[in-house]
Amino acid sequence: MAQRIIFTDSSRLMVEAAVQAGADVFIGYPITPANLLYYYSSQRFPVFMAAPDEITTLQLMSGYAATGKVPVTATSFPGYALMIESINMAYMMELPMVIILVQRLGPATGTATMGAQGDLNVVTGTISGGMAIPVISVSDPADAWELTAKAVEVAVKLRTPVVLLTSKEEVMTQFGLDPDELAPIQKVERKVYESDEPFFPYKAGENKVPLFLGVDTSRHQVRFTASTHDTRGIIQNSGAEALGNSIRLHEKITENLDSYTCYSYDMQEGAKALIVSYGITAQAAREAVAQLRNDGESVALLIPQTLYPIPNLYFDIMSRYPRVVIAEENLTGQYRHLLFGVNAPAGVTGVNAFGKMITPAQIKSEVLDHGKSIS
Amino acid sequence: MERVYLKEEGLPFCKGCGHTTISENTDKALQKLGIPLLDVILVTDIGCHGIIDKSFKMHTVHGLHGRSVALATGISAGLSNPDKKVIVFIGDGGVTIGIQHLINAAHRNFNMTVVIHNNMLYGMTGGQPSEFTPQGFKTPTLPDGAGEKASDICAIISAAGASYVSRVIGIGDLSDHLAEAFAKPGFSLVEVMEICPSYGVKSNPGMKLSKVVQEAGLEIRVYADRNIPGPELLSESKFKSLFTGKIDIPVTHVSSLKSTVRIQVAGSAGEGVQSAAEYFAAAAIASGLNATKKGSYPVTVGIGFSASDVIISPDPILYTGSPVPDYLIITSDDGLAYAKGALAAMKEGTVYIDSSLPVPETKASVVTYAFREFAGSRNAALVGFLYLLKEAALYPYEALESRVAGRIGKTIG
Ligand SMILES: Cc1ncc(C[n+]2csc(CCOP(=O)(O)OP(=O)(O)O)c2C)c(N)n1
Ligand code: SF4
Repeated sequence: MAQRIIFTDSSRLMVEAAVQAGADVFIGYPITPANLLYYYSSQRFPVFMAAPDEITTLQLMSGYAATGKVPVTATSFPGYALMIESINMAYMMELPMVIILVQRLGPATGTATMGAQGDLNVVTGTISGGMAIPVISVSDPADAWELTAKAVEVAVKLRTPVVLLTSKEEVMTQFGLDPDELAPIQKVERKVYESDEPFFPYKAGENKVPLFLGVDTSRHQVRFTASTHDTRGIIQNSGAEALGNSIRLHEKITENLDSYTCYSYDMQEGAKALIVSYGITAQAAREAVAQLRNDGESVALLIPQTLYPIPNLYFDIMSRYPRVVIAEENLTGQYRHLLFGVNAPAGVTGVNAFGKMITPAQIKSEVLDHGKSIS
Repeated sequence: MERVYLKEEGLPFCKGCGHTTISENTDKALQKLGIPLLDVILVTDIGCHGIIDKSFKMHTVHGLHGRSVALATGISAGLSNPDKKVIVFIGDGGVTIGIQHLINAAHRNFNMTVVIHNNMLYGMTGGQPSEFTPQGFKTPTLPDGAGEKASDICAIISAAGASYVSRVIGIGDLSDHLAEAFAKPGFSLVEVMEICPSYGVKSNPGMKLSKVVQEAGLEIRVYADRNIPGPELLSESKFKSLFTGKIDIPVTHVSSLKSTVRIQVAGSAGEGVQSAAEYFAAAAIASGLNATKKGSYPVTVGIGFSASDVIISPDPILYTGSPVPDYLIITSDDGLAYAKGALAAMKEGTVYIDSSLPVPETKASVVTYAFREFAGSRNAALVGFLYLLKEAALYPYEALESRVAGRIGKTIG
């Protein structure tokens, strides 16, 4: 048989995909369940650096990014919490980087070896001021491969930190896979400022993204700053130009959303119910859909991969169904709340779990017996 | 002296502020060394001293409070040109909140010079004390003076292994002191003692800087001069794809399994539970099946239970949770305790349990076997899987046996 199968995990896929896409520096501080990503990175990235903590991790990444590198890290909630101020800094400096957040059970240290999907609010709320940061969610091994490459591409093209959201079960469960069947990954092309005209580090270019120049150049003065600044990178309190620059940071993320709207939508003729699920729970949802259809039920499935900013298309799709069941492994239904607020419209309910995986049976029964659970 | 690195305009500090002296002398020191303007990267912290970036003409990077040294470390490590010079401006407040970064950068001896603007208090936020406020030194929030001795950052950073460390009084011409540090390889640090007229002098009328420093026991001298070169610069990657190497599983056998089967194995740490489950899953793949495997164990991996869930199926496996196993292998006391939930949930299927253990209460059928005795406790889980294959014929026994040849040394059954 010509088939070549390896028994591996999504951590390996993510690291290999990130490097093939053009990420060249991994910096990390160990934390379960992200340790496999750390380990593989030490065996694969051109530059690997062990940081003494997660604040330093993000600062080192930012420093590397200021010299033109594309850094990646992997952490879990406790580490992510420490990174937040520095992610804001990188966002203000428009530095590309990917933060892989492997969710585990919280609050606080919680249970390090138990998966969860509880960090969506913290991630989507990372940037002060209500500004958007791209959040891309992995739901199966194919996603681990393709969306990691996508995250690197978005980070470079939009010059922004990108959060790649996954969880313990996804990155630590082993499975068989034929690596020759993975879609080839293109290394992301990086544009830099080449002109001899004066360089404005924060002047909006194509798609509201300024052209990059690293501090290793000898051609122009380069300024990076995390304080409110004008197009030259000079600190300003709140002048119109400087505020406009900060607002642009948000707009470049939202206005270019089409270029990174990733989702999978599995329709079925006559379906009245739509299951919406992402991340690890999407696998249970896929199985629930297969079983329901096998039993003669019509049901559709939407798996958002780009979780945030929320593409309007998701609302379009959801509006076609009188019944929408949103399944996610957190106590209160974080994505449901992001989509609809705390008061979801009639017909929208959630399937939630805390400290255990949602089963296909739970999703099935919610679809069949809609409306009983509390939203 | 004419300015080269600084703009001609006035500097943004209060009259008499020591920060002005440092900025002007930095310009002078760089001129003495003749470093090209755009070979210098200045990283500034948050604090009064940090707003100087707009007055400089070289590359400037202005980040967060206390993090400038870590940011500069990333820059220093990312550069591939040894002629570039990274300089950090940080206050005693920034050192207080971010001292870890200084210790780390000094320990690893990254190429950079850190210039500490030590005015013995937080200027920007209104004159609160830092770790470096000398005993008895008053600030607006400490009208009776600081209670503890000031920390000696030069001693700390010297101990961390920096290439060069010195402390100077920030009055008059400092350019030679700064130039000396700028020229050193590896991590260098200059602590400049200075005053903040707006808070320091106001709270300590008539203070004399050199006297305050002397009374604080802070010596004006070179603490370390080791001339150690910094880490090697970036070079080409030595790594290849993670898909190469001996990780392929050739498909050598055929299984007639028709539907998904879930197996849980529960035993003790150090008894090969995880590797046995991995062999079992790999052998399933070698038999043309799909397989997933995940482990459960306490974070202290060397003690207590060790369990694993394996799913094998002729179909793609989506959901990898393990609600109720079809087969449960229990090889030790720890495993029996761990498997309580599965035992209670099983309405059918089979439990294979070591014959040394009590027969558990369950609706599944129970089979006992001397897993631990057969080839030693370290192979108990593996023997459990082999036994399962003999009994349940999920895929050919040989597919697993050939992978673990030599470990057991005899055939089961
Ligand atoms: C994380 C964080 N905490 C607190 C502050 C508020 N803050 C701004 S500057 C500063 C202290 C500045 O003192 P120092 O570093 O000694 O510099 P100086 O103003 O004296 O030059 C503080 C606490 C901040 N910016 N960030
Ligand atoms: S407040 Fe103090 S430290 Fe800040 S500029 Fe004025 S004198 Fe200098």
